[in-house]
Amino acid sequence: MSALELYSLKTELLHAIAEASDLDKLEEVRIAALGKKGRISELMQALGSLPPDERKAYGQVVNSLKTSVGEALEARRRELARTATAEKLSQERADVTLPVPEGPLAEGRIHPVSQVTDEITEIFAAMGFAIAEGPDIETDFNNFTALNMPPEHPARQDHDTFYFAPAADGTRALLRTHTSPVQIRAMLKTKPPLRIIAPGRVYRCDSDQTHTPMFHQVEGLVIDEETHLGHLKWVLEEFCKAFFEIQEVKMRFRASHFPFTEPSMEVDIGYARDGDAIRIGEGDQWLEILGCGMVHPNVLKNVGLDPDRYQGFAFGLGIDRIAMLKYGMPDLRAFFAGDLRWLKHYGFPPLAIPTLAAGLS
Amino acid sequence: MKFTFSWLKEHLDTKASVERIADTLTRIGLEVEELFDPATSFAPFRVAEVIKCEKHPNADKLSVCEVDTGKERLQVVCGAPNARAGMKGVFAPVGAYVPGIDLTLTKAKIRGVESHGMLLSERELELSDAHTGIIEVDAKAKVGSPAAKALGLDDAVIEVAITPNRPDYLGVRGISRDLAAAGLGTLKKDHVRPVKGSFANPIPIELEFDNDRANACPVFAGRLVRNVKNGPSPEWLQRRLKAIGLRPINALVDITNYISYDRGRPLHVYDADKLNGAIRARLGRKGETVLGLDGKIYEVDDDMCVIADDRAVLGLGGVIGGEETGVTEATINVFIESAYFDPRRTARTGRRLGIQSDARYRFERGVDPDFVVPGLELATDLVLQTCGGAPSKITIAGKPPKTNKLFKFDLALVKRLSGLDLGASEIKRQLAALGIALDGKGKQLKATPPSWRPDLTGPADLVEEVVRLTGVDAIPATPMMQVAGVARPVLTEAQKRQRLTRRVLAARGLVEAVTWSFIPPEHAELFGGGQAELTLSNPISTELAQMRPSLLPGLIAAAQRNRDRGVADGALFELGQAYRGAEPQDQFVAVAGVRFGHSALAGSGRHWSGEAPAADVFAAKADAIAALAALGLDQASLAVTREASSWFHPGRSGALKLGPKTLLGIFGEFHPDLLARLGIDPPIAGFELDLDAVPATRQKRESKALEASDLQPVRRDFAFLLDAEIGAGEVVRAALSADRALISDVGVFDVFTGQGVPEGKKSLAIEVTLQPREKTLTDAEIEAVAERIVAAVKKATAGELRR
Repeated sequence: MSALELYSLKTELLHAIAEASDLDKLEEVRIAALGKKGRISELMQALGSLPPDERKAYGQVVNSLKTSVGEALEARRRELARTATAEKLSQERADVTLPVPEGPLAEGRIHPVSQVTDEITEIFAAMGFAIAEGPDIETDFNNFTALNMPPEHPARQDHDTFYFAPAADGTRALLRTHTSPVQIRAMLKTKPPLRIIAPGRVYRCDSDQTHTPMFHQVEGLVIDEETHLGHLKWVLEEFCKAFFEIQEVKMRFRASHFPFTEPSMEVDIGYARDGDAIRIGEGDQWLEILGCGMVHPNVLKNVGLDPDRYQGFAFGLGIDRIAMLKYGMPDLRAFFAGDLRWLKHYGFPPLAIPTLAAGLS
Repeated sequence: MKFTFSWLKEHLDTKASVERIADTLTRIGLEVEELFDPATSFAPFRVAEVIKCEKHPNADKLSVCEVDTGKERLQVVCGAPNARAGMKGVFAPVGAYVPGIDLTLTKAKIRGVESHGMLLSERELELSDAHTGIIEVDAKAKVGSPAAKALGLDDAVIEVAITPNRPDYLGVRGISRDLAAAGLGTLKKDHVRPVKGSFANPIPIELEFDNDRANACPVFAGRLVRNVKNGPSPEWLQRRLKAIGLRPINALVDITNYISYDRGRPLHVYDADKLNGAIRARLGRKGETVLGLDGKIYEVDDDMCVIADDRAVLGLGGVIGGEETGVTEATINVFIESAYFDPRRTARTGRRLGIQSDARYRFERGVDPDFVVPGLELATDLVLQTCGGAPSKITIAGKPPKTNKLFKFDLALVKRLSGLDLGASEIKRQLAALGIALDGKGKQLKATPPSWRPDLTGPADLVEEVVRLTGVDAIPATPMMQVAGVARPVLTEAQKRQRLTRRVLAARGLVEAVTWSFIPPEHAELFGGGQAELTLSNPISTELAQMRPSLLPGLIAAAQRNRDRGVADGALFELGQAYRGAEPQDQFVAVAGVRFGHSALAGSGRHWSGEAPAADVFAAKADAIAALAALGLDQASLAVTREASSWFHPGRSGALKLGPKTLLGIFGEFHPDLLARLGIDPPIAGFELDLDAVPATRQKRESKALEASDLQPVRRDFAFLLDAEIGAGEVVRAALSADRALISDVGVFDVFTGQGVPEGKKSLAIEVTLQPREKTLTDAEIEAVAERIVAAVKKATAGELRR
């Protein structure tokens, strides 16, 4: 075949490749060119019949033709494959604006009381306080008498106590009116030094917007040989700063009276009202948040501790109340209504575990 | 406790402002609950004179006045019939807020005539309900001067909260004493002067108690005043009583009420002509009754201290006087009683009879026993000044109890307990100002509290006094000793597990609720509770009367309330205490969850990708299993039985057990009868676990090393034809038992009844995973295991392999 004929063949084949409109047609062109009986294959086969001196030069020309056609076929094949994929994918459209389920982590919630209890625990654990517990159904002794409120003590009237029917021996179980009986249980069980908090449910016969017959308190108790009111102030100030997550806190300590502490104080926290929101640490209004004092010598005696040697402080704080202050719930009764709308709004995501390292809220 | 600023100043010589007084009261332990200062509240209102008063041109009932406010003359439209030229009234200018109509005044046109302010009625100032006319003030009042002063309302009223340890705070003098000790002036000298009696008291006083009950009324003093003229009490006395919310009755009664608030000393006055024979303090007798001053008849018992004469019970000592012997405006001869009643017995009597009185409030806190006679003298003095008459000599039966005891006081205790570093002289000054006598030299002293302070019984009490008067603000905050290094973990195993369980359930889409610990008794009974020992004697309502045996009734009720509010699908859980009995060990920590409507792990309600399935036994089981898994119990270690409680659907519920004895929990769909009783519709399913029954898991660090084989696991499927009653769990257990070393897992992938399966039978298909450890299994070895599996299942369940 002459050089001109070879050139013409090359032009013809490249044209056919470019014209192939799909992969099947391209395959036909390939077979026609490079298949067993293809035109280039025939030329290759014809090489053997040429004289040896011509064979080398002509062979190089035919090989070059084969390479060019092969490359063109491959390039066209890729191009056609790309087009075919694009065509196929264009048929496979999903409506990506459809909403997907958010999954159980987005649905579940932790109740504010549990969350705030975890926050309180985190803070006091860092100060070396352990967590103590006691039963809701208490004895008169643990709830009152051991706490320096003997029978007929006028302070008992302020407790609005829920009672059970008297037992055969005349004793009468009650629902604890405060978490303070856990102090008694802790001191009877463990020798000082003692550093505990005791969160839990407490009960009073009382009900309005800010009082419910059941609510939550956390008790704090430190007993050793040197802890005094200055330490109590420090602990409460540190707690309030950590809990409300503010740099400075305004606190007012007022003398007060609890039968189980001496001296006794009530503590107010300074706040400002900004519309419906409450800003802790600003402003000049006061809100009572807790009662506290030095454990009364009679209480120490009642649990067999010598008040000339041991001393310490106790405090009691309303968990629901400081939860309302920090997170702005307006009505205490809603805490116990099990209303999913409220729980989803004020509750916390399951993995929002309060830590001091990451911040509590 | 309420009092006025001027009343306070009768005992306290002070230049302090009322605001400073209030701040100090709060700081030292008398929390101010309300401070009403008319001088501030009524500041915009001034005395004005009506110069001219003419009929309104366009309205019959209105008049147009020209008013002199002291600064200018203004035109004011007025609707009062008593408006007239020359009168003086209370004027509110434009811009003033008028409390009675809750309005800030603006310039207004009334029926075409401009009005620049308002002449006020008593109702508009909230002084009374009178609104038919405007207030007329004394003609001598200066025009332009503050209305509050002209109306005699320039006295601030202070209300303080009283702590139960301080009976002395129930008299204005006691409050004054503490203010003086806190540095706000000086306590004035007491002006009680003895009144000489002109004749012997003809009415004997007898204390009729056994020795061991003598403390019921250890001292009783009295005297007769003859020829009094009872009637309305004087103006100053009535004003004071009204200011603190007491209704004036007559002079004799008003005097006793006044001394009760002025000195914390309750007294009683009898019409002596209605008495028969001696006055006797004694215990009551069964069957006796008394008509109280409140008009109610009270039954007396033998624990109560009564005052009686020869004929009948006259009153309840320290609690309430009797109607029949009470004084009236017609009383001529009055017998005045001043006694001391035991605080505890007084409290018991008052509580048993449900009587709240000013006398009880004071006696049960412990009045000053040494003021029995001075109180009587003070009352006599006021009776003579007000009603005239001739007093007898005083009769005293018994003697005042000693309520104050001497104790040792080490001045160093102040620093030890409070951290306050005060000099000895300052401590001594404060304590002396409170009437506490200190003896001794150096720091080791002996302290004797005054008779009016029964709360001071030991050295810690004196530290409180010092801290109170110095102010807690003065105490330096002192860091506590901390462990060296990083804080140690403090939670107990049980506490950690509770926290974890909450988070696991919330992560499964359940929302944590906190419901009441007490529930309706019928709900408790439906869930196996309702014991008498767990019934409240004084519930706040019958709905909240029985301690819950389970958390499920509260959650089911909450689910229904949510449905009532239009939330059709949801999932709730609670973790908290439930009660099997009243003893501490009968309280246990339970966790329970309910799903209602269409609710499952994947979500709730309808969705384009498919509606969530109706809450069922398996959704509930999955939640329970997930909680237990988080606590270290895998499903394979649990026995699942059909022993769920009667409140569940008998066919669609189960129990989760650890071994034959330990019941961990129950799950399932609820019994339709129970749902009907609770008024809730299916679908709803739930579970409850006893967290205290879940055993503590082994420490993580002791767990075995991972055994991951490089050899491919082999999976084989088997289908068995079984009696429909056979549980899948039995098949799985049997298959696992065929070769514990080789079989690593058995899963159930199909359960089928219907076409091709005979009646009463089911087809159950399992996938068994064989994990070779050392070498690849040969076909023969696999076949041998397969035969053992088929044999084990057949032996355990009589199931036949389907081919």
